[in-house]
Amino acid sequence: MSSISRDEAAHLARLARLDLAPDELDHLAGQLDAIAGFVAKVSEVAADDIPPTSHALPMTNVFRDDVPRPGLTQEQALDQAPDAEDGRFRVPKILGEEA
Amino acid sequence: MSAELTRMTAADLAGLMVRGEVSAVEIAQAHLDRIAAVDGKVHAFLYVNTEGALAAARSVDERRSAGDQLGPLAGVPLALKDVFTTADMPTTCGSKILEGWRPPYDATVTRRLREAGVVILGKTNLDEFAMGSSTENSAFGPTRNPWDLTRIPGGSGGGSSASLASYQAPLAIGTDTGGSIRQPAAVTGTVGVKPTYGGVSRYGLVACASSLDQGGPCARTVLDAALLHSVIAGHDPMDSTSIDEPVPDVVAAARRGADGDLSGVRIGVVKEFAGEGYQPGVLARFGDAVEWLAKLGAEVVEVSCPHFVYALPAYYLILPSEVSSNLARFDAMRYGLRVGDDGVRSAEEVMNLTRGQGFGAEAKRRIMLGTYALSSGYYDAYYGQAQKVRTLVSRDFEAAFKRVDVLVSPTTPTTAFPIGERVDDPLAMYMADLCTIPSNLAGNASASFPCGLADEDGLPVGLHVMAPVLADDRLYRIGAAVEQAFASAWGGPLLNQVPDLEVA
Repeated sequence: MSSISRDEAAHLARLARLDLAPDELDHLAGQLDAIAGFVAKVSEVAADDIPPTSHALPMTNVFRDDVPRPGLTQEQALDQAPDAEDGRFRVPKILGEEA
Repeated sequence: MSAELTRMTAADLAGLMVRGEVSAVEIAQAHLDRIAAVDGKVHAFLYVNTEGALAAARSVDERRSAGDQLGPLAGVPLALKDVFTTADMPTTCGSKILEGWRPPYDATVTRRLREAGVVILGKTNLDEFAMGSSTENSAFGPTRNPWDLTRIPGGSGGGSSASLASYQAPLAIGTDTGGSIRQPAAVTGTVGVKPTYGGVSRYGLVACASSLDQGGPCARTVLDAALLHSVIAGHDPMDSTSIDEPVPDVVAAARRGADGDLSGVRIGVVKEFAGEGYQPGVLARFGDAVEWLAKLGAEVVEVSCPHFVYALPAYYLILPSEVSSNLARFDAMRYGLRVGDDGVRSAEEVMNLTRGQGFGAEAKRRIMLGTYALSSGYYDAYYGQAQKVRTLVSRDFEAAFKRVDVLVSPTTPTTAFPIGERVDDPLAMYMADLCTIPSNLAGNASASFPCGLADEDGLPVGLHVMAPVLADDRLYRIGAAVEQAFASAWGGPLLNQVPDLEVA
């Protein structure tokens, strides 16, 4: 299995939307590489014909009647927002300048 | 009287109230006084709900004098792990990204506690988003172990375990994703139960790893844990993974176990959980506990579960994968922290800055590891293979439970380690959950009970008991049996030996 280089760690941080300082990235990259080495032990298990388990107990879809019930009010939903305007969440621009 | 009230069990406090000898307000005030006296040293609580607790206690007293039928824990105080939403208190999950967040709704566990008249004293400290084994990953500073204030109280539920061991609350709620109820119980000499997955609703429990997370009871005695289990467990239509079946009669099982007769019970000692890496004092106390189980009439055999040693690496692929997905919701847009919104930066830049500053080191490690494990090219080798190992761990349990009624092991390989020792050594930290993780992967019920103090450091050791899915009652029967045996051998509960923090 592959190891995690500093460049790869920087790529993972970008994918995960984490802005990391250079020294933080140096530190985490080394630790992630060590953890990746440890978890690679799972490859020692011969499991080609074993079905995967994604959930602890067997699950089937759960259905209920489609009955309306009260949800959050607009006021409640916006109460803890970092910023709100005109009864909506106010967010930073989502398109670049060139758009 | 006030000091005596804080030393009592939940069952005894309830009895005092039923007989009209003490009011719920007096009991709440005694615990709030104790918190004020000792929590400066312990730091079990992130938020103390003084007014709310007294109001809830007053309401119980009023309903009792009006002749209302109240539940068995009405008026008993409790410490709630700060990962369950509470409409009247902040919910931070130990993270800067949710500092001061006031949820608009109560978790189902919170609602059930309130409906049962349980008095919520406040919210307890935890590793950020319940990720850790020491409570050092809290953004708001570590909790200290009442047995030795320089040591960790376990994690992630270290605030809950420390609140019990320092007599700040007789009951607490924890959550267990890889051992976060059981390992803190072990290192503080308290009782912690992880119910069968789906036994307690996850609605309003802020998600760490959804296929593994399970809320459960923490207490100083087995009966108290059973009483609390009965209050919080049961089907909830708001959680699609909630089990729609009757809750096992855990209270009856705890009462039966207190008779001290385990004849006819078959107990398997997990062969793989011993040897290198285990502290001698932990193995010695575990050995004593196994001898006691035999003396109480149980048939004890050794059982091999060959895939349990692969549970830890499999868990550290499955858990981070779920974490990386669950924590994506913290995007700085709808709630929580927002950093750098200066009118120039884009939403994506603000999101990256917020997450970079809002999450602590362990959260970042797990998010990045999960992102890695789920990346194309690595998915089959890592996440896919870990899911197959999960199947094999479940099969080991199935095979074992054909031969025995429960399995036992030490709860954690060592006693409480010093604060700071493993905080920047993630692999050493992960080892604390070596024995507890198989039950999270398989979803079965497990618990930790105090089984003595290690000779080399005088710190508590936990006996780990694992039962099949929906056989939670077996944990309580066995726990109560060893509890009464140890109490007669030691001349009282183990916690009688914990240092008195008000004198020091």
